[in-house]
Formats: sequence, structure tokens, C-alpha cells
Amino acid sequence: MKELMLGNAAVARGLYEAGCAFVSSYPGTPSTEITEEAAKFDDIYCEWAPNEKVAMEAAFGACLAGKRAFCGMKHVGLNVAADPLFTMSYTGVNAGLVICVADDAGMHSSQNEQDSRHHAIAAKVPMLEPSDSAEALAFTKLAFEISEKFDTPVIIKMCTRVSHSQSVVETGERYPAPERPYEKNIPKYVMMPGMAKKRHPFVENRTKSLRTYFEGGIQSYTANGQQVNVPVNRIEMREEAEVISPFAKHIGVITSSTSYQYVKEVFGNSVSVLKLGAANPLPDELLTSFAEEVDKLYVVEELDPVIEDHCKSLGIKVEGGKNVLSVCDEFSQNKVAYAMGEKPPKGKELGEEVPVRPPVMCAGCPHRGVFYTLNKNKCTVLGDIGCYTLGAVAPLAAMEMTLCMGASIGATHGFLKVSDGDAAKHTVAVIGDSTFMHSGMTGLANIAYNQSNATVIILDNSITGMTGHQQNPTTGYNIKGDPAGKIDLEALCKAMGIQRVRVVDPYDLKATEEALKEELAAEEPSVIISRRPCVLLKNVKFAPPLHVNCDTCIGCTNCMKIGCPAISMVTDENGKKHARVDETLCVGCKVCVQMCPVGAFEGMTEEGITYEN
Amino acid sequence: MKTKNIMIVGVGGQGSLLASKLLGHLLIGQGYDVKVSEVHGMSQRGGSVVTYVRYGEKVYSPVIDEGEADFIVSFELLEASRYVSFLKPDGRIVTNIQQIDPMPVITGAASYPADLVEKMRAKGVQIDAMDCLKLAEEAGSTKAVNLVLMGRLSHYFEDIPESAWQEAMEAIVPQKFLELNRKAFALGKAQA
Repeated sequence: MKELMLGNAAVARGLYEAGCAFVSSYPGTPSTEITEEAAKFDDIYCEWAPNEKVAMEAAFGACLAGKRAFCGMKHVGLNVAADPLFTMSYTGVNAGLVICVADDAGMHSSQNEQDSRHHAIAAKVPMLEPSDSAEALAFTKLAFEISEKFDTPVIIKMCTRVSHSQSVVETGERYPAPERPYEKNIPKYVMMPGMAKKRHPFVENRTKSLRTYFEGGIQSYTANGQQVNVPVNRIEMREEAEVISPFAKHIGVITSSTSYQYVKEVFGNSVSVLKLGAANPLPDELLTSFAEEVDKLYVVEELDPVIEDHCKSLGIKVEGGKNVLSVCDEFSQNKVAYAMGEKPPKGKELGEEVPVRPPVMCAGCPHRGVFYTLNKNKCTVLGDIGCYTLGAVAPLAAMEMTLCMGASIGATHGFLKVSDGDAAKHTVAVIGDSTFMHSGMTGLANIAYNQSNATVIILDNSITGMTGHQQNPTTGYNIKGDPAGKIDLEALCKAMGIQRVRVVDPYDLKATEEALKEELAAEEPSVIISRRPCVLLKNVKFAPPLHVNCDTCIGCTNCMKIGCPAISMVTDENGKKHARVDETLCVGCKVCVQMCPVGAFEGMTEEGITYEN
Repeated sequence: MKTKNIMIVGVGGQGSLLASKLLGHLLIGQGYDVKVSEVHGMSQRGGSVVTYVRYGEKVYSPVIDEGEADFIVSFELLEASRYVSFLKPDGRIVTNIQQIDPMPVITGAASYPADLVEKMRAKGVQIDAMDCLKLAEEAGSTKAVNLVLMGRLSHYFEDIPESAWQEAMEAIVPQKFLELNRKAFALGKAQA
């Protein structure tokens, strides 16, 4: 059946059709929907793991046991999972093992712009790179076949524009994966030096075989006994009818992923294209022979010059690559057109300063009270990855460092160890519940063990928020929303040796400030759990929106300090300045009420926002 | 035919995904190749969000670039003005006149520009500006702004019959909100 499908959903569809039995992932934009969509198929066991390393190890275990397995993550997640990946390259697999990594060129929702192709090259594993949903579906199925045929994990590399674009796919039926029961094989699966030494030459030879495999000929997978061909690397020679002048130079473009789409958008069939569906290993002979066919060669690839550098290492002359296209940011058709000497269209200029609209914490966000309190007390805040990273944005502007998952706690320890004792009186680590489970626990172990006088705030909003509400080990529910194991944060922190653990409601500014002051003053490490569910959760019941009594309001702008998108200052017809609440946004959290010196907010209920557990 | 481009812009959380879903379904049904590109993640938290809908015989790029949009459908006025440079010379903006202050305006670091509709018109931009919030409320819910906008947009798709839009709504909108959304669509369409 033909349908419009999100790139990520197409990967999930590929998993289903290829008989994949096990999926373990950690959410991360732009990869999250792969696992969410896979979880809709009853034939696939799916789970959210605490982090990418655990997810990848779980997927490896499942493939060892003989079932096709998968693990998905964003680009920085692959750093976390790099440890198992690099050695899985040596052990190889039993049943097929496919890993999907989604890069984020343009950093729509990420902390860096790393190019995951380097991971595939460094770990010496094959990487396929689809350019739309149809390829995402076909390449996922082919990836399992390659995995089993060449005894290797296979990486599918997505990017934001492939993951989050819908394009037309033709779906098929699920077909059974080959039977591969587990067999004990110590030299293959126990990577101690003597055995790993023997596996390394296997890895090198495998790369040679894969390079030949991707040179051309036919790549295919077998579904229900039928062989289905998937051209991974393909040449689309220019059509003479579309070439403007017979004397025009024969332009050739080597490209991949979404860059291919931009090249075709600009040039159609008037240039020749070598479209690479395999980012690793690259096909030396195909690159060389294509380069020989054309007069002028471009390499169009987002982020790092991986293909370009490889071409140059083969002695191929690249006239246009990173000398005309940036290493930074994502591409578009206009950028590609401009770099290749075309004149892209230009739109109208409004000639008006349009204020930027950065993302903000939602109205009623439980993180707001914590960051307001931290800012008010002039704390040094080492932060982490999640919605609460927005605590760095004005007017809260309370977060001073964000590096990677878990670094708030890890870095706070080091920060305090070399600072004078006074630093502990105003320095805090801030981390979310899911991020704490992902990589915060080991940092806390370091604090408990090596004894820094740290104050750690765990923002427990009962969900993994930024990526769009995924369950995690502290929520008590699994990926399907069914009851699951639930880790008790208080008990966990205490068991790790933190004596001072307390829970506070961040909607209560006074209690939050009290807790903060006491724990900063304490001469030992402490954990404050700020507990309130994300206001976007279904089990949260909004209170009626508040409104401002314009006669009472003195226009002091105190309520503006919390950065609530529902509150603005307006001037009425009499020229009086007062606060105004946008009733379509306000959810009645009452944090602003606590800011007002004259009681100008009205309409609040006693219980405010409520939620069911 | 040359690929046609529709941008849907707004503020994260305003529900623009339903509009793109509806258009995707509608245009596939008309036999076109279609690509719809969305943004997920951080910008959904009250930031400026853009969805690209492209259709034609064969669509390559998933995104729309400057000077390419046939239509900009906007859920919020400032967002409509932000993307003016993406319009084709003869492109058209269909926008809600609702104003949502971005954080720099809330904190006083910037001000919300006045008379944006007039300023865009003065630059030769064709623009349909409607109080979609009011029309949606009239239809039964402020959440139906997207269907009001779709109704108005449908006015410009002469070759797509009303029945195809109705069918797309049936397929995309949850049953219990269908009547309300049909009403919102009709109210938007009647703004012509």
C-alpha cells in the first residue's frame, strides 16, 4: 500500500517487515519516533532503556539469542553507546543487529553538530544512509541482511530532514527472519586480548568485502523467498535533453542523504549524480570511474568532508566541496544552488525588525519555580540536557553550564573540589529525572564516594519531557503505558550514601527557597527532589486561568521575573500599565500569585493544578 | 507541473501538525508526490515552528527555501511576518491575526511590531488576515484555528473539489471533533 510516512516511521516499518523481534532505545530528537512507532507493532518487543549504552547492549543480547534486534538513538547517544559498538564490531552478531543513529545538522534540538559517519568509520562497521522514507524502509530491511551476511552490526544513519519528513512509501508484509539459535562460541564472543587479536583481522577483511559489495552489482534482501533488490549506490547520468548547451561542461556530483534531494531539486537531470546510500565503506572504484566520466566534480555532503576527503585520498580531483559549501549547519536547495554557481530566488524584504521567538518553558512548567529561586539566590548552576536547559534563557537566566547527559552532577563535583569552601554555599547541579537515570547516578556515586559538599536538584516531572513524553525507570510505566518497575529516587540516593534527601513542590516558592538555603548551608552532600508532573501530561488537570485585577495591579513587573509566556505588561486606555494574563495559555499554577506584592491576581482555586498518580 | 510549496508557521504548541497532516492526506489523494517536513523537539516548546508541505509530479527537497513559497499559512501574526522572504513574488499569506508575545517582548527587550498586516501589504504581499480564534470559538472550540485556516486556503485550490477536503477531514480529524472542525473549515472558507 502506498502512503505518506515519516522517515522514522519508515524505519520502524522496516523493522516490522524484516521480522525484527527486539527494540531497545533511549529517546533523543530526531530519533525518538522510530521506537515509538515500532512499539505500535505487537510482534516487536519494545522498551525504553535507561541510556543508549544499556539499550545497545540489550539489543546485542537479543541478537546473540537469535532474534533480529534494533537500537535507535540520536547522534550524541552514539557517543554513550560507543563502547559496546566498537567491540561488537569484533564479535559480530548472531541474528541481525541494526542500529539507527539520527544526526541533527542545523542543531534543531541538540547540543552539538557531530557527524556520525566518523563513528562508523572508526568502529569499522557498515553504515547506510537513506535520503527519504522509501529508502529508510528498504535500507532497514537490507541492513538486517547485510548484518547476517557479513557478521556485523549495521548502522542506519538518519538526519533531521529524513527522520522528520514524510514522503511516499510502499509498505509490504512482515516476513519471518531466518532461524539462528544461540550457540556457545567463546572465541567469537569473549573479547579478551588473545581472542580479540584473532578477530581484528576478520574486521579488516570484512571491510574489504563490504567495499566490494557496495561497488555496484546487486544488493538485495530476501523476503518470503523472494529476492528484492535495493540499489544502495547508484549513478544517475545526466539526460542530454536537459543539458542547456552541448558545449557545457559535464558536471558530476557525488552526494548522499538529504543533500542528494537538494542537488536534484536544483539541477534535475541536467547534471550527473553518484548517489551514495552507503556512507561506509565507500566504493573506491565506483568513485574513481564516476570522476573519470565527468569534466567537473562536486561533492555535496552535509557536515564534515568525509566523502570529499576519501575522494582526495584516492587522487580524485574535487573542484567543489567544502571550499564552496560549509561544514556548519544544514543545507537547503538555495545553499546548494548558490555554491554551485546558480542564482537562487530571493524573496521580499519586510524591512522590519521581527523579534526572535526562542523556545520557552510552558505556562505552568514546574521547572520555572526552581530556576526563579536559583536566580534569586544568585546560585551558580551547572545544568543538564532536557526542557530545563531553557533555565539558561532570560529572564530566568539561571543555568550556566550544559554539556552532555549527566554532566551537571559530574562537573559540580570537580568544580567544588578545586574551589574554596564558599562555592558549596551557592553551587548546585540541576538534572531531570530521566537524565539522572541516564547518566546522573554515576556522578552522584562519585560525590558520595569522594565526598564533595554538593547540592544536587533532581527535577522530577515524572516523564522524559523534551523528546515528547517518554516513560523512564522512575515513572512506573513502560513504553506501552502499562505498569512497570519504578525506581524510588529518594531510596536510591540514600542507598548511594547521600544522607540529606528531601522532596519539595516547585509551585511553592517559599518551600523551594527554604529547601535550597538549608541544603546549600549543610556541610555534606544533599539531594533536593523537586517533584511536580510536567504540565502537558494527560493526568494533570489544569486549574481555571487567572486574571489580573487592573485596579489593584501597580505595574511593578515583579511577576515578569518568572518568564511565564502567559503574562505580559500592557498599557490600558487611561495610560495605566498593568499585567495581563493570556487566558488561552494560563493553566493556573499560581506561581505568579506568589510574586505579586498587592494580590492583583484573581480567579485561582484553592487546590490549583491537580494530578492523579 | 512545477512543485508547489505551502509553509505552515506558528508558535510551538498551536497545533500546526494537524494542518500538515490534513494537507498531506489531501494531496496524496489527488495523485501528487508529496513531502511534508516537520520540526520536533525543543522548538515545539513555545518557539517559532515551521512545517513545509510540497507537492507536484516529483518532489525532491523536503524543505522550502527563500522565494519559493506559494502559500504561507500562519497561526500567529508575527510568525507570518517572519517568513515573508520565503514567499514567491506572487505568493500569498493566509494568517490568523492573533498575537502571542515572544519572550523578548515579554521581558521588554523588544516590542511587538505594530500594523504588521498593513506593512506586509505595503510591500506588495497578498495577505488574507482573519481573526481565526474568534471564528474557531464560533465553531465550538479555540482549538479549531487550524481548520479555519485550511478552509480559507481551500479557496485557492480551484482544482481540488470540496468533497476531497471533506474526505481528508474525515480521515484525519478524530470522530468526536469532526462536526466542530467541519464548521470551522466552512467559516474559514466563507471569509473569501
